[in-house]
Amino acid sequence: MEKITTHTGIGVPLRQSNVDTDQIIPAVYLKRITRTGFEDALFAGWRKDSAFILNQEPFSKGSVLVAGPDFGTGSSREHAVWALKDYGFKAVLSSRFADIFRGNSGKQGLVAAEVAQSDIELIWKEIENHPGTEVTVDLEARTVTCGSIIAPFAIDDYTRWRLMEGLDDIGLTLQHEEEVTAFEAQRPAFKPTTLPARYS
Amino acid sequence: MAAHQAAQTLAEKVWNAHVVRKGDGAGAARQPDLIYIDLHLVHEVTSPQAFEGLRLAGRPLRRPDLTIATEDHNTPTLDIDKPIADLTSRTQIETLRKNCAEFGVRLHSLGDKEQGIVHVVGPQLGLTQPGMTVVCGDSHTSTHGAFGALAFGIGTSEVEHVMATQSLSLKPFKTMSINVEGTLKPGVTAKDIILAVIAKIGTGGGQGYVLEYRGSAIRALSMDARMTICNMSIEAGARAGMIAPDATTYEYLKGRPHAPQGADWDSAVAEWDTLATDEGASFDAEVFLDADTLEPFVTWGTNPGQGVSLSETVPAPEDFEDENARAACERALEYMDLKAGTPMKEIRVDTVFLGSCTNSRMEDLRAAAAIIQGREKDPEIRMIVVPGSARVRLEAEAEGLDKIFKDFGAEWRFAGCSMCLGMNPDQLAEGERCASTSNRNFEGRQGKGGRTHLVSPLVAAATAIRGTLSSPSDLDAPAASAKAA
Repeated sequence: MEKITTHTGIGVPLRQSNVDTDQIIPAVYLKRITRTGFEDALFAGWRKDSAFILNQEPFSKGSVLVAGPDFGTGSSREHAVWALKDYGFKAVLSSRFADIFRGNSGKQGLVAAEVAQSDIELIWKEIENHPGTEVTVDLEARTVTCGSIIAPFAIDDYTRWRLMEGLDDIGLTLQHEEEVTAFEAQRPAFKPTTLPARYS
Repeated sequence: MAAHQAAQTLAEKVWNAHVVRKGDGAGAARQPDLIYIDLHLVHEVTSPQAFEGLRLAGRPLRRPDLTIATEDHNTPTLDIDKPIADLTSRTQIETLRKNCAEFGVRLHSLGDKEQGIVHVVGPQLGLTQPGMTVVCGDSHTSTHGAFGALAFGIGTSEVEHVMATQSLSLKPFKTMSINVEGTLKPGVTAKDIILAVIAKIGTGGGQGYVLEYRGSAIRALSMDARMTICNMSIEAGARAGMIAPDATTYEYLKGRPHAPQGADWDSAVAEWDTLATDEGASFDAEVFLDADTLEPFVTWGTNPGQGVSLSETVPAPEDFEDENARAACERALEYMDLKAGTPMKEIRVDTVFLGSCTNSRMEDLRAAAAIIQGREKDPEIRMIVVPGSARVRLEAEAEGLDKIFKDFGAEWRFAGCSMCLGMNPDQLAEGERCASTSNRNFEGRQGKGGRTHLVSPLVAAATAIRGTLSSPSDLDAPAASAKAA
């Protein structure tokens, strides 16, 4: 994973709450077996509407999505994060993220920055009144800067550290493989296994 | 979920029994715990990139014997003996078959008697048991919490992580108790309980929590009904939902193919009996719901928290104080093509969908069949019945339920996720309105431009008869001739 400490890019206002992962990427795009190439699928339903924010300049070139509360609810599809990243987004700001979406973001190097709704409102005004205004997300300082607005954001310490170091989770866990093996050795015998298969 | 020496909740006990390695540090800086995973369920949509990741890194799948796969999201529910017409769907399913063969994973393919929705298959094989940790690249993995397992959905990166290490790095969840006391009125079901819970705490209310459903109304529920409740925990934002195992759980499990046998059964039950939340254990949050006054619950909007009792009317944006909720209501009314103030019972639907991991088990099919038997379907209504698994389909046919559905004029399909998310050909057309026993009423979820009302199987059945959203209490008595059947 690429290391990230700060990112600066055009802020995109998405004035909507409960943006679920079915909206971020409709199920029909989940049939692909690749991990990249999902940029066309991002908000595919909404992008058919010419008034949608990503169909407006300069927002189409945005890389910091500023959304309403409860972003990323619903399905666990990591494709939602892949689509945001493939489109060019590096960070999403919201006052509340769904747990699985937040976790998926951390694994894929998309910064999910939890910003108070009052600050989201200020940033919305700024980037709507001055389209093209850049937003800086600083992981080191845990702040979001937009024009004269400087707002703190919350992010889990461990996720922040992994993002800043660009660390691969599986590699980290495999450093403790002996402990996994030791745990396995003392699991109760009655715990089920899928193999050999038994049938009714 | 700190490791209390004293009183612990169900969720804390299961968590603590699976800690391979405690995270270093303390407070906010504490690193995640490494948690052992007892069962990994796999399906075709969220696994291809994970298998590919293993292959690229040259890593084996650590425990094929704790992993099981099934085909469900993409599978057609008609003509299942023919090649899958949609090429991308077919490729995804063929990819799963190749990956399972390569990595030694047990797979139940389309046409197999154990194929079906991953969350129906695990329990019916007896693989889901109390006190386990269960994961799957699917948010409705919370279903398995009905057995007192800690079960939750994960993303594809985590799927790969579990494949490689049989463990996950996780920060402990907070705990929330959902107390449902009292007795449900006839015609009110588990689905109504969970829709009411979500409307009460909101789609973000459970965020960061494991919900534990407790109280006399929960204890009285069957396993099928408990699965319906835990299934939709994610719709309240919670990662998982749990119900302490009891005699109902054991009765369901005993004799299932992968349930413990002989002396193992006794050791297992002895252990399972220790799982219930200790007296005096404290939850981080508590919610109370009165089962006595609950009515059939339905959604009017485009998220599962936008629901009301069936006897109420469509709300108006002004009914909401919060600015975001007001805007969400306005947008939902427009998408759903509904006017504020319309009685829910006057909303006419085009399609009734009985199926999904929420409501596609035997009890759901039996309940709907009992309502429609001897009654006539509204001629304008299309009703699709999709059993949760091939085995549920077979059992239902053995009981003659298929005949009841077909005589009524409903379509009796093969097993899969089907119209819950329309990855296969079962989709709503633009503007089509559906009473659906599934779990998500998001814009376009069941087909582009489709409109979804989430309902219980009983409401689905009554709606198919009357043509408008209805409960069984709105129906006339069935024709006498059919009553004896």
